[in-house]
Amino acid sequence: MSLLASGGTPLSTVFFGLYIFMLAAFLGFQVISKVPALLHTPLMAFTNAISGISLVASLVAAGGEQFDVAAVLGCVAVTAATINVVGGFLITDRMLKMFRKKGGDKA
Amino acid sequence: MSAREILTSVCYLVASFLFLLGLRGLTHPDSARRGTMYAALGMLLGVVGTLVQAGIVRYELIGVGLVVGTIIGIPMGLKIPMTKMPERIALSHSFGGLAVALVGTAHYWHGHGTLDRFNMGATGFEVFMGAITFTGSLMAFGKLQGLLPGKPTTFPMQNFLTLGTILAIVSLAVFLVVKPDAPVAVFYTMLGLSFLAGVLLVLPIGGADMPVVICLLNSYAGLAAAASGFVFSNNVLIICGALDGGSGFILAMIMSKAMNRSFANVLFGAFGADTPAGVKPGGAKAAAVNEATVEDAADVLKSSGSMIVVPGYGMAVAQAQHAVRDLANLMEKNGTRVRYGIHPVAGRMPGHMNVLLAEANIPYEQLFDLDQINDDFVSTDVVLVVGANDVVNPAAKNTPGSPIYGMPVFNCDQAKSVIVLKRSMNPGFAGIENELFVHPRTMMVFGDAKQTLTKMSAALKEH
Repeated sequence: MSLLASGGTPLSTVFFGLYIFMLAAFLGFQVISKVPALLHTPLMAFTNAISGISLVASLVAAGGEQFDVAAVLGCVAVTAATINVVGGFLITDRMLKMFRKKGGDKA
Repeated sequence: MSAREILTSVCYLVASFLFLLGLRGLTHPDSARRGTMYAALGMLLGVVGTLVQAGIVRYELIGVGLVVGTIIGIPMGLKIPMTKMPERIALSHSFGGLAVALVGTAHYWHGHGTLDRFNMGATGFEVFMGAITFTGSLMAFGKLQGLLPGKPTTFPMQNFLTLGTILAIVSLAVFLVVKPDAPVAVFYTMLGLSFLAGVLLVLPIGGADMPVVICLLNSYAGLAAAASGFVFSNNVLIICGALDGGSGFILAMIMSKAMNRSFANVLFGAFGADTPAGVKPGGAKAAAVNEATVEDAADVLKSSGSMIVVPGYGMAVAQAQHAVRDLANLMEKNGTRVRYGIHPVAGRMPGHMNVLLAEANIPYEQLFDLDQINDDFVSTDVVLVVGANDVVNPAAKNTPGSPIYGMPVFNCDQAKSVIVLKRSMNPGFAGIENELFVHPRTMMVFGDAKQTLTKMSAALKEH
């Protein structure tokens, strides 16, 4: 045990993260299995947009005290993640707007 | 906990809930737009919750990134045509991978020498997945966009090189975990090899297998984000990463099942044993093709009480979805029942055809999955195949030696008549002959699908 956690991260934190991952993956699996094939492209665009959550980590990297290599890498990461967030949500909505029922009702 | 920390935690908690709510919305077209709005709100909360953190003291670089990203993101969301959706998705996977790889590298740059073993392992996994997603998705984009040859690119010993590279990455990562304060060169070599691995993995994959690859890359992008959640002990990252990774994995499974292939076969299958032996493209049977004129086809359409349209990638290439809709409208006025059969791997990504047909204003109640509609072909008057090939090839059912044998396909040959719109007699991607095209009840109409459909509509109007 001490071999793995030597230095910093407490093992309890590691396990807590693993629990979160397991539960989220399981829940995601259940919900996503119910997404109809009709909406699989919007689903990809949607998950792409929410994977832009890496923006959260990018912001921390770009906004630290020092202006150094790491901060510049963070700045590029913020740009890339923002493209996914902004573009991802816009395109998902644009696609979903097109799906309509008979008689012209937009979804 | 300080007030700031509590605010951040509350933002992340609510954001996670909104992401789940948004995902659930996508289970039905009626609730999907609302779901997207929930998730966008969740993202805003995530960003706000991060910006109030005490660790963030400088805002110039953040501002630059947010503004530039938004300026690029808006046209990526609003301007890209629907036919280019696979390219668009591949490109955004590469952005996702890049962001994660850079965040991990920045973390290492700061933390070198002070990272513990767990943190080092998580960072290593993070940059590996991020880098492989970045270059792999760029390769997929290049192939889809036609910048790189769409056919599989193979060379001798390719599998050994790919597997060797991955093995080297794993060895270096293990070394870093055992010795987190190893020279920085070890880490950067691993990073470089990871970029290389993405290129090597996608190089041998051909256009028709793109749906599986795009899904797998989607999954990798998610796992990379989840790994960065472990690095920073950030639960909202772990949750989003798990959702994204799970979604890509499920879609990849659906896709490979619809092609009756395993992941391993898709990734490493472009070699030796899988080359169809004894199947000659464009063989002697070509003589038996029943080539028809637009007028002949229009006569058949006019006398049909029911029609199933089977679209394929050719429809996207010809941008023929609006012409399909025009023809279908005319037929419906004639009293014909029109439905659409959508194969899971039709096109270059999951749901590609559905989006194109929705764009052409076709009601989604008329779009049916393979399983929903395949038993109805036997009672259908006419099947209109628009730029589809392998998904309508009866060899998948009848010819045990065929490379696509076992793949579920549409029962087009059971319908009373079949009209196939095709550019030429060239065999499809798989390079195998399609018995459907020489079937006695099949009429082949050659030419650009969009033009042919427009001419058919004109011919229908004349009568």
